[in-house]
Amino acid sequence: MSAISREEVSHLAMLARIDLQPDELDRLAAQLDVILDAVATVTQVAGEDVPATSHPMPLTNVTRPDEPRPCLTQEEALSGAPAAEAGRFRVPRILEED
Amino acid sequence: MTGTTLPADLTRATAAGLAQALAAREVSAVEVAQAHLDRIAAVDGTRDADGVATGKAVHAFLHVCAENALADAKAVDDARAAGQTLPVLAGVPIAVKDVMATRGLPTTCGSRILQGWVPPYDATVVANIRAARMVVLGKTNMDEFAMGSSTEHSAYGPTRNPWDLDRIPGGSGGGSAASLAAFETPLATGTDTGGSIRQPASVTGTVGVKPTYGAVSRYGLVALASSLDQAGPCARTVLDTALLHQVMAGHDPMDSTSLTGEYPDVVAAARAGATGSLDGVTVGVVRELSGDGYQAGVLRRFEESLAVLTEAGAKVVEVSCPSFAVALAAYYLILPSEASSNLAKFDAMRYGLRVEPGGVAAPTAEQVMGATRAAGFGDEVKRRIILGTYALSSGYYDAYYGSAQKVRTLIQRDFAAAFGQADVLVSPTSPTTAFPLGDKLENPLAMYLQDVATIPANLAGVPGMSLPSGLADEDGLPVGLQILAPAGADDRLYRVGGALEAILTARWGGSVLDRVPDLSAALATAANGATR
Repeated sequence: MSAISREEVSHLAMLARIDLQPDELDRLAAQLDVILDAVATVTQVAGEDVPATSHPMPLTNVTRPDEPRPCLTQEEALSGAPAAEAGRFRVPRILEED
Repeated sequence: MTGTTLPADLTRATAAGLAQALAAREVSAVEVAQAHLDRIAAVDGTRDADGVATGKAVHAFLHVCAENALADAKAVDDARAAGQTLPVLAGVPIAVKDVMATRGLPTTCGSRILQGWVPPYDATVVANIRAARMVVLGKTNMDEFAMGSSTEHSAYGPTRNPWDLDRIPGGSGGGSAASLAAFETPLATGTDTGGSIRQPASVTGTVGVKPTYGAVSRYGLVALASSLDQAGPCARTVLDTALLHQVMAGHDPMDSTSLTGEYPDVVAAARAGATGSLDGVTVGVVRELSGDGYQAGVLRRFEESLAVLTEAGAKVVEVSCPSFAVALAAYYLILPSEASSNLAKFDAMRYGLRVEPGGVAAPTAEQVMGATRAAGFGDEVKRRIILGTYALSSGYYDAYYGSAQKVRTLIQRDFAAAFGQADVLVSPTSPTTAFPLGDKLENPLAMYLQDVATIPANLAGVPGMSLPSGLADEDGLPVGLQILAPAGADDRLYRVGGALEAILTARWGGSVLDRVPDLSAALATAANGATR
């Protein structure tokens, strides 16, 4: 696997919605290089015939009866909100100004 | 029932001893809670207005809820005075890892992004603890979002190891482990995604169990890696650990991965183990989990434990799990991948921190997210989110995440083969004893290696225990022994652990924790140093 570049880290940070500072980009690129180098061994051990395992236990989907039941009040649901207004979460605008 | 003998200092009692004395009304829950709150006040140290640890002290707690604890304790005393029969652990104090949502009590997960958040609901495991009428003393420190092996990644400063205040208490559950070793509480909760219960137990001389995946509900736990996360009990003895395990475990319809069916009686297993006989038990020594990279004193205590197991009647055989060699590598692809997805919920919209980016008149939601996550997450969390985002991105997904999932299959196969030859597997829990604070902060890979022996259990979902096997000769610090059992057979951990503990404590003439240095002396020295 090729080394990870500063530009690549910057792109990943954008995807992950974390505004990394220039010094963080430099540090992370170097550290991720070392980590990726170490974890690359996984690519060499399992052959085509080995199935992937996503979960430790065999699972079947679980559903519950679709019935009303007690839940948080509106006040409780909004209790941790950074901003609330008229019983709703108040969020910044979601569209760029054009 | 005959009268119990509690130590004069109530903080030195076991949970089992306290439970018995409380039920017999030889001591009140208020007295017990007060003794532990006094101990916390004496050794845990202080925090500044921003919640950051100040000065040199244990700093196991992020939040202490003295008033609530005393009120809960009084309610237990009143109920008993009125003749009510209460659950076994009613009135016994407990510390709760800050990864668990507690209604009305702050829950930060060791992160700035959740500073000040007070959940409007209890995690199921916390609800179980409250239903058992246990007395919650407070919330314990941890690496941010449970990412780390030292608690140094907590946004509120590290917890210090009661054995040596300049060393790490392990992580991520270092706060819970240290609170036990410092006698601030007899019981604590933990979560274990790659070793966060077992490694802190190992380096503090305490006991910790990661139950079978799905045995304890994940509802209300701040998720790190959902296919690996498992909550479990932390205590100072095997029996106390079993008593708490019984309270925490059980099917929960609120968690779609919660186990259905029979849960083994771990308390009975711990009591059976305490007789010291392991006749008919086969113990497998995992060849890949010792040798190079393990501290000499750790290996010496491990060999000694094997001799004790043999003495107890167990048959000790060697087993090989070749794929364990790549478990760490697979883990550091699967965990960041799942974490990067789980932590996407911290978007500054519904709860937690919101930071507006500077220099923008009317920032968009997206810009606010970027600024909030930059300010609210610490270095290790950012590192793992970026790593996970990389491993999941198109072009790399098959090579990294896909390969890691195949390794997971190989590890499960190795476990299946090993458990075909042995009832339980054993290894050292951690390759080293507690290392000095700051030692591995600049080298993430070295930190990750702390969990080399604990990670395979999480990848396969099998249960594991760490319990003290003595002190290393070279540094006098605690060493842990890990026991692993097949999924669903958590009782075997307690049977084998109980036997080992009974024989070792008889040989030592007491518990490893009897040899923890006197903290009040260490703290006085630290305080003198500070004033000079």
